[in-house]
Amino acid sequence: MPYTFFTQHRPLILKILSAVLIFGSWEIAGRVPVSFAFPTFFDSMAALWVLTLDGTIFTAYAETLKPLVVGVLISTVIGVTLGVWIGLSTKFEWLISPIFIVMQSAPLAALIPLLIMVYGIGITSKVFVVCIMAMPVIVLNTSGAVRNTSESLIEMGHSFLGTRRDIILKIIVPSASPIIFVGLRLGVSAGFIGAILSELKITPTGVGDIITYSRSIADYPSMYAAIFSIILLAVLFLNVLERMEVVLFRGNNKSLVAE
Amino acid sequence: MDNNLKTDNAVSVHNVYKNYGDVQALEDLSLDFPRGELTSLLGPSGCGKTTLLKIIAGLIPANGGEVLVNNAPVDGPGPDRAFVFQDFALMPWDTVLRNVAFGLELRNVPKSEREAIAEKYITDVGLGGFELKYPHQLSGGMRQRVGLARALSVDSDVLLMDEPFSAVDEQTRRKFQEDLLGLVKNENKTFIFVTHSIEEAVYVSDQIALLLPRPSRVSEIIRPTGFRHKDVGSIRRDPEYLDIVDNIWASLRSYVE
Repeated sequence: MPYTFFTQHRPLILKILSAVLIFGSWEIAGRVPVSFAFPTFFDSMAALWVLTLDGTIFTAYAETLKPLVVGVLISTVIGVTLGVWIGLSTKFEWLISPIFIVMQSAPLAALIPLLIMVYGIGITSKVFVVCIMAMPVIVLNTSGAVRNTSESLIEMGHSFLGTRRDIILKIIVPSASPIIFVGLRLGVSAGFIGAILSELKITPTGVGDIITYSRSIADYPSMYAAIFSIILLAVLFLNVLERMEVVLFRGNNKSLVAE
Repeated sequence: MDNNLKTDNAVSVHNVYKNYGDVQALEDLSLDFPRGELTSLLGPSGCGKTTLLKIIAGLIPANGGEVLVNNAPVDGPGPDRAFVFQDFALMPWDTVLRNVAFGLELRNVPKSEREAIAEKYITDVGLGGFELKYPHQLSGGMRQRVGLARALSVDSDVLLMDEPFSAVDEQTRRKFQEDLLGLVKNENKTFIFVTHSIEEAVYVSDQIALLLPRPSRVSEIIRPTGFRHKDVGSIRRDPEYLDIVDNIWASLRSYVE
């Protein structure tokens, strides 16, 4: 009986086990303590509970999610469009993709003062930071996937009298979509980093404000609670994206490289 | 003039040239494909048989000469030709039904109509009940049946098959060859069939064009006649079948490294 229970719920049990391991070592590290600025897991959760009860965390996220959602949406729409375009035309690739390769490897924190000078300290700069983080990986993944569309599928489209539009929308984009989704997942997680980074480096608002403020008054449990909540949210969001992908492209997940 | 009246060719290739850079792939190649028959293009690898097929399909342009389909010159893919691909070219994200109906979808046939047609051909090729499966759930042989159903469902005069059975196992391939003979007999279509298997070509063809490489030209046209109307099971024991296989091998062996 216990044996079958274990095999049936193996993924769930493993997940719980790994959570216990990580949070347990966090708790131990906090109790030692490794640093006076490192709270225990339970202290941090208690602080998160308090932040949730008095609503601070919700007002903070209302602020943080604004540049995040806007930036991720812009990056997705522009990124996928540009990526498809670059993937279809070699000339365009030569022109555009160096920009994204530079964007991807540039030290963003060093560019923020420049952004502030141009766009001020408002939401525009923050959206820019999210886009700079999220867009390159979306563009590069999309263009790579588009370029790798099976030659024979494209030939099939031509031979059955597909127009260029048919071939792009009905063959190239669906066949690239699993890799485009990988790019979106990576882009969204980079966007989360960008959103927090912008709140720490431009103006402290939202979750960035909780982090900065609680650090300045040495309320470390609250600071770690805020960081923890961000990670939690990112993981939840990525899971939702993954579910969406499975529902949208049922046939694709098993046969990406089928013949 | 007299000659034209006697034989009705669905496809005629006249003095076609094709080169890739410095490499001459096809040189002054002419060949006729009689209507309602199956013609194989047979030759060693690199002899340009797939190139010729794709020129007829309108997928790649020739550098000279002309291809006529139903007496009209080819300048691209057309509704009179349908292609069966060596690697099946199925869309893995779609069901068998949509894959088969895809040719009609690209021709803007309304959904209910094209699905009714697709369902008929799915049943015809022996895949009834698999309409809602995805390609990765099918065996190689079944996938090629999907490719065949897609080509049949657009109801073109000419069926172009590029080594359609080379990626399926031997037993399935034999079954396919028998089915193909039935198809040639019953579907009033012209088949152009690329293969590198001598036995396969002799087994299924009304006419075999033997291509020799570098640059490609038609070296011989063979028309097996004696066993064409025999039972599919006894063809492989027919003396004429065996003689033709031997003769073709004698012509080709010097070109095989």
